[in-house]
Amino acid sequence: MSETVTVPEAPTAGKADVILDVDHLQVHFKLRGAGLSRILGREGGIVKAVDDVTIALKRGEVFGLVGESGSGKTTLGRAVLGLVPITGGLIRHQSLDGGAPVDIASLKGKKLRKHRQKLQMVFQDPHAALNPAMTIETQVGHPLVIHGRAKGAELKAKVKSALEHVGLAPAEQFMSKYPSDLSGGQKQRAVIARAIILEPEVLVADEPVSMLDMSVRAKILQLMLDLKQYLQLTYIYITHDLATAKFFCDRVAIMYLGKIVEVGPTAEIFAEPRHPYTQALLKAIPDVDPSKMVPRDLPRGEIPDAARPPRGCSFHPRCPLARAECGWEPRDLKAMVDEHWTRVSVEQFEKEQALVGNLKELNTDKLKVKLEPAHGGSVDELWTMFENIRTENPEEPLWRGVTRMEKVKDGVVIEFAKPAEIALHPVGNADVSCVLY
Amino acid sequence: MKRFLKPFQQTTGLARWIMLIGIVIVFLFIIVAIFADFIAPYGFNQVEVDGVRFVKQAPPGPGHILGVNDQFYDIFSRVIYGARTALEVVLLSIILSLVIGVVLGLLCGYVGGWVDRCLVFLMDAMYAFPSLLLAIVFSFLLSGLMKGSGIISAALSLTVVYIPRYFRVVRNTTLSAREATYVEAARAIGAPNRTIMGRYLFTNVIQSVPVIGTLNAADAISTLAALGFLGLGIQPIDASEWGYDLSRALDDAASGIWWTGMFPGLAIVLLVTGLTLIGEGLNETMNPTLRKRRFAAIVLPERKPKAKVAVAAEVVTNDIAESAYEEIVDDGEVKP
Repeated sequence: MSETVTVPEAPTAGKADVILDVDHLQVHFKLRGAGLSRILGREGGIVKAVDDVTIALKRGEVFGLVGESGSGKTTLGRAVLGLVPITGGLIRHQSLDGGAPVDIASLKGKKLRKHRQKLQMVFQDPHAALNPAMTIETQVGHPLVIHGRAKGAELKAKVKSALEHVGLAPAEQFMSKYPSDLSGGQKQRAVIARAIILEPEVLVADEPVSMLDMSVRAKILQLMLDLKQYLQLTYIYITHDLATAKFFCDRVAIMYLGKIVEVGPTAEIFAEPRHPYTQALLKAIPDVDPSKMVPRDLPRGEIPDAARPPRGCSFHPRCPLARAECGWEPRDLKAMVDEHWTRVSVEQFEKEQALVGNLKELNTDKLKVKLEPAHGGSVDELWTMFENIRTENPEEPLWRGVTRMEKVKDGVVIEFAKPAEIALHPVGNADVSCVLY
Repeated sequence: MKRFLKPFQQTTGLARWIMLIGIVIVFLFIIVAIFADFIAPYGFNQVEVDGVRFVKQAPPGPGHILGVNDQFYDIFSRVIYGARTALEVVLLSIILSLVIGVVLGLLCGYVGGWVDRCLVFLMDAMYAFPSLLLAIVFSFLLSGLMKGSGIISAALSLTVVYIPRYFRVVRNTTLSAREATYVEAARAIGAPNRTIMGRYLFTNVIQSVPVIGTLNAADAISTLAALGFLGLGIQPIDASEWGYDLSRALDDAASGIWWTGMFPGLAIVLLVTGLTLIGEGLNETMNPTLRKRRFAAIVLPERKPKAKVAVAAEVVTNDIAESAYEEIVDDGEVKP
């Protein structure tokens, strides 16, 4: 391994069983602005798909990454293979061959391609992950050909053995077939065969069963567990399906908007979820008990825009337990006023909208905003409107974050609490990033 | 190979006949072109036999079955050799434009960036010109540069016209194919870029190229004839060219001499028709939105009371999944 890049020893290097050490990883994507701003050379925003994530993956474990769509779990998985440009942080891989740890984030070109022999991936959509113009034999064996590890009869024998290991037996029956001749489950087995033929150390499984029939799911997961035993694999299992994560993973990390909000042993997380988001996710698992059919307190609203994540804890606008220091900001007030308008009569909406205008001044990062009445309305009217909204629902978590609402000469001043520093910290056997603990 | 032939076997009536007729016509022209030396009674620029000049503008008859034209050439021999010229030029130009267009399209689509922008701009600029105008300009330039090699310069000027067509199609399909999961999977197994382009993208983006190829060939025949008609193509002493013969026949038509123009013209029409038919037939078979699959008729056995009958029915469901199911039909449900 003379070609590999050596990196400074990790602070966690004492733990010999850490195979993959993701250290403050950042994957940020630059957004291209829309038509006019692109012509004028204005920069678009930045999406923090993975923002400052630290994970230590132990050898031989199944590590689950759980989150909603857009939480950055797939990007994190792809970053481990160096398939997305990494903007910051390190991914230290301590190979089984005992060499110095390799930083995948700084590998490039040929070295990165060579290193991928040790890290493989299983994709979500088996129908798209196989080249439609190649026979199963050719594509399953192609990794070996690319890395020059086998050819001729040896290659054929290895392909045969890989296919049989994933349950495509007799292998001869599948080798000359094209992907279009196989069923979804068979395709996913072929994808797994292609991933394990290089005998990798880490296998990133990106929702490997979400596109499959229920009847096939359990079989594929069992196959993956068998392969783990047989090949001593370490899995990163990416999913939005908590039920399979509970069955399959040793440890899980819950991701929300590019950050890990809670990470710990599967049993601990499922028995005693601490972060409000984890609690909400667990409540959303369908249950056969008819008395629990409709979960009552699912998180409100949608996952926010990743290009402008909320301040403080990203979950605070949807959190039922949010507190003053969770990072409330003027944008949340706008969302709340919009929501308030969905409940009032048309006349009241028109009156109130004329009074507050388009609420542009709420689109700011400042902790203090001053709202001025628009279209000749008076300060008193504006003040009454906010008072009314407040008395309408005083339990609204937003008001916990408002430290001051004051009537001044030409408007209403609203001030928000200072956000607390929120980071992962140990609580019980797990790590949680929430101000509640 | 079997996979390649599969769409042909699955064509239905019309598409199959269109393609078959086209193939027969083009095959005839190819035979004629290859064996021109044996089929044609005279050389393409022969004006006399044993020191006796042919009779100028002699009508079809014994000795000259299609007559003689105003330059003392035997028309039948000119038409036969013309097939050779046409096919040589078209084949050369199609192969060249196909190779250049596909390779550039694949590179641009995969690499992207400023290389892509520059080439797309260039190709669009070329595409914006009427193809005949572009061919005229290039044959004018090339005939100055390459004296004496009429066929090659004609082929090159046609190549220039057709490169953008392959380029656009291949680039656009590559652009969408490179985002496909199987390309990412190829990167994940450590495939270098040239392997991804050669083994993963190439085979998936060239599917529409044969259709464009044959349709372009038909177009190229007429463009070549147009160049010859304008006197910019191949000179009569270099090779026989239908378009040139047509232009010479222009004056004859007024004086009732129909045979000098009729036969070269007929040859052009026939070959263009043949190639177009192949192209259309291929399009019908390869294009999934036009393609109609052949459904095997379900033959039910005669009705036997109180007996369970197994009916094998070949069910072709859609593009992706095609397999033969064995359908067990309860006799009670089979209505006559």
